[in-house]
Amino acid sequence: MAGSIRLEVVTPERSVVSADAQMVVAPGIQGEFGVLVGHTPFLTTLKTGIVRYTDSGGQEHFVFVSGGFAEALPDKVTILAESAEISDEIDLTRAKAALERARKRLEEANRQEGIDRHRAKAALERAMFRISLKGG
Amino acid sequence: MATLKDIELKIQAVKKTRQITKAMNMVAASRLRGAQTDMEAFRPYASKFAEVLGSLAEKAGDESSPLLVPREEVERVHVVVCTSDRGLCGGFNTNLIEKAHAFCDEQSRKGREVSLTAFGKKGRDWMRRDKRTIEDEYLGVVGARFGFNEALTAGRKLVDGFLDGIYDEVHIVYAAFLSMARQTPVVKQLLPIPPLEKAEEEEITDENQPYLAEHICEPSAPELLGELLPRNVYVQIYNALLETSTSEHAARMLAMDNATKACNDFIEELTLIYNKARQAAITAELMDIVGGAEALKG
Repeated sequence: MAGSIRLEVVTPERSVVSADAQMVVAPGIQGEFGVLVGHTPFLTTLKTGIVRYTDSGGQEHFVFVSGGFAEALPDKVTILAESAEISDEIDLTRAKAALERARKRLEEANRQEGIDRHRAKAALERAMFRISLKGG
Repeated sequence: MATLKDIELKIQAVKKTRQITKAMNMVAASRLRGAQTDMEAFRPYASKFAEVLGSLAEKAGDESSPLLVPREEVERVHVVVCTSDRGLCGGFNTNLIEKAHAFCDEQSRKGREVSLTAFGKKGRDWMRRDKRTIEDEYLGVVGARFGFNEALTAGRKLVDGFLDGIYDEVHIVYAAFLSMARQTPVVKQLLPIPPLEKAEEEEITDENQPYLAEHICEPSAPELLGELLPRNVYVQIYNALLETSTSEHAARMLAMDNATKACNDFIEELTLIYNKARQAAITAELMDIVGGAEALKG
């Protein structure tokens, strides 16, 4: 089936991506899934990770998302995320600093009670995805 | 009677005040634009979110999440109060605090324990003055540039507190931005999440009505709803913060505009008095000279 799907990646602060795509691949909570034109209506939460899409020119793009969910319709994919960044926008030094911080926090959390391990882990995960996306 | 010099000094002082109020007016105007842009940017997310949540709730039923269920006995109420950090914005903070005060007293009368979270210094100062229980305070958020993160941090704590049974109800007081000239303090219930009728109201304007009916949900609809409901709280808080910020700048703009106008009136009045005094002085001097000349002629 020819045609393209509209991809919208929206955070509370701004619209991150608004583009026509041939294919969108996103990290669903129960596994990665791909969307082509004519997909069945589908709603899922997303893991922290990377959304890939191929634009109409065949170029591949990567977007980091965390804390999001996605809705797929036959001609449209909407991703609502707490934070999202196109790979170009990611600040590598900041991500690395965040990684360090999260690591330390996690270590502390292992040693003592009171620090939320869950959150430290989530922060670590976010930092790692950001860095891997940037190839650092 | 003030001398000429005194009046002149007074005029200069008022002119300087006018300069400041004018500058503050312009700063508020530019900040207001920024805040409005943030609000615009939030709208697509908010409307989509409400749409999905509304139809999910319909599909999953009301008892699917503890966040939806009202407590039978409400003993402890938590109130989040959004105010600005800085003054000079007319009755903005006073109105908000009055609203919060009335609401807290009403809850106390029902025999409920009230604890508070403050967004903004003015609200916090009021709580301290009143010796109320402050659980948390967030300064430097309202009226400044802030992101979703601030709402997330506060929201998580509230949701956790509610789930742990520390609070039985959570409310938020903020300034709803109605128009440039009208900002009203409102109280909204955050937890338990009130039946999602507002989401449905917004939904009616959309062309696709019960559109989630044929969706595949992963995980199942109730689970998905459970995932999304806490986020609804963050979204509500973020919205309240955005509206309060925008309202603050609008209120300050108006207040400063009025102050500038008052300065203008005052300067006009003083100038009139100054000129009268000057003329009186000249006349008196002239009379003196004429009198002296007449006497010499004598």
